[in-house]
Amino acid sequence: MRRMLVAGLASACLVAFAPAATAAEAQEVGQIKVASGEVHIERDGQRIAAAPGVKVNRSDSVVTGRDGSVGITFSDNSLLSAGPGSVLVIERYAFDTTTHAGYFDASLKKGTLAVVSGKIVKQSPGAMRVRTPSSIMGVRGTEFLVRVD
Amino acid sequence: MLLVTAALAWAMVLSGQAPKDEVVLLPGADGHVGRLVVERDGQRHVLDRPYAASRAGATEVEQRDPAAVRASFGPVLAALPGRPASFLLYFEFGKDELTPASRAELERILDELRRRPVPDIAVIAHTDTVGDVADNDRLSAQRAERVKQYLIGIGIAASRIHTAGRGERELLVPTADNVDEPRNRRVEINVR
Repeated sequence: MRRMLVAGLASACLVAFAPAATAAEAQEVGQIKVASGEVHIERDGQRIAAAPGVKVNRSDSVVTGRDGSVGITFSDNSLLSAGPGSVLVIERYAFDTTTHAGYFDASLKKGTLAVVSGKIVKQSPGAMRVRTPSSIMGVRGTEFLVRVD
Repeated sequence: MLLVTAALAWAMVLSGQAPKDEVVLLPGADGHVGRLVVERDGQRHVLDRPYAASRAGATEVEQRDPAAVRASFGPVLAALPGRPASFLLYFEFGKDELTPASRAELERILDELRRRPVPDIAVIAHTDTVGDVADNDRLSAQRAERVKQYLIGIGIAASRIHTAGRGERELLVPTADNVDEPRNRRVEINVR
């Protein structure tokens, strides 16, 4: 009986969560690996608390408070971190794990950003772009820092 | 209309409304220095030397002091995740036991992994060409599983560890069949 109940619950969960999980997986491009202080993600008008292990999707805004900082590892091994008082938006991202082709557009609205470019840039120099309100950067590898006051 | 927009943008720049930004190129961890092209207000700066900087309001590329950069970008640099890393360990002939040297190396790797709060790990194990393909597929799967257990032993969630046994299909050192080649009896551990 207990086994049947568990199986029943499991299939109910599958039915309930499968479509959402599939959609989330298609969107997921990275994962928060480091978070300290106040950090959250803004997604579709929702505010999601950010902690190590939380997924980052396309179109997410990652926001840090005055004492906050966050580090994200992307599926192409790009690393991005944001310091205190930052707003970082993942505008566009695609990565083909077989060919390593893809593109990555991010923008820093304010605050500080550190970037270590990954396989997308290694495969296609210039395929990563970082914008600030006044500049656009074409990334041909490898590591750099950005500040927007 | 375009003119108005451009005029507005200029007015913002002149009145100091537009955010000021700066970009600094860093030397890569592997010593390789990349290249960054910065476009701002129709101006183009190419950064291709360590600590070269492009700043709003500056007409030329500037050179920064490394220590000053490290200090002024301290918190954001400290928040960078651990670099993706790859390790190789070797097994005893025909077993899922690591060699004594790899056993010692494993401890070093586990210490490194303890510093990553949420690692994503792929464990891919291999065999030499001694024995038949099916036995080697099984042995490589056992080897991967054995290493997974070491990782679980330091508190890494099983769901964060993906294992694969590749048998004798991906030799590190190409050999004929039935060759006892220690370097082929290995496991790759890829972490990010």
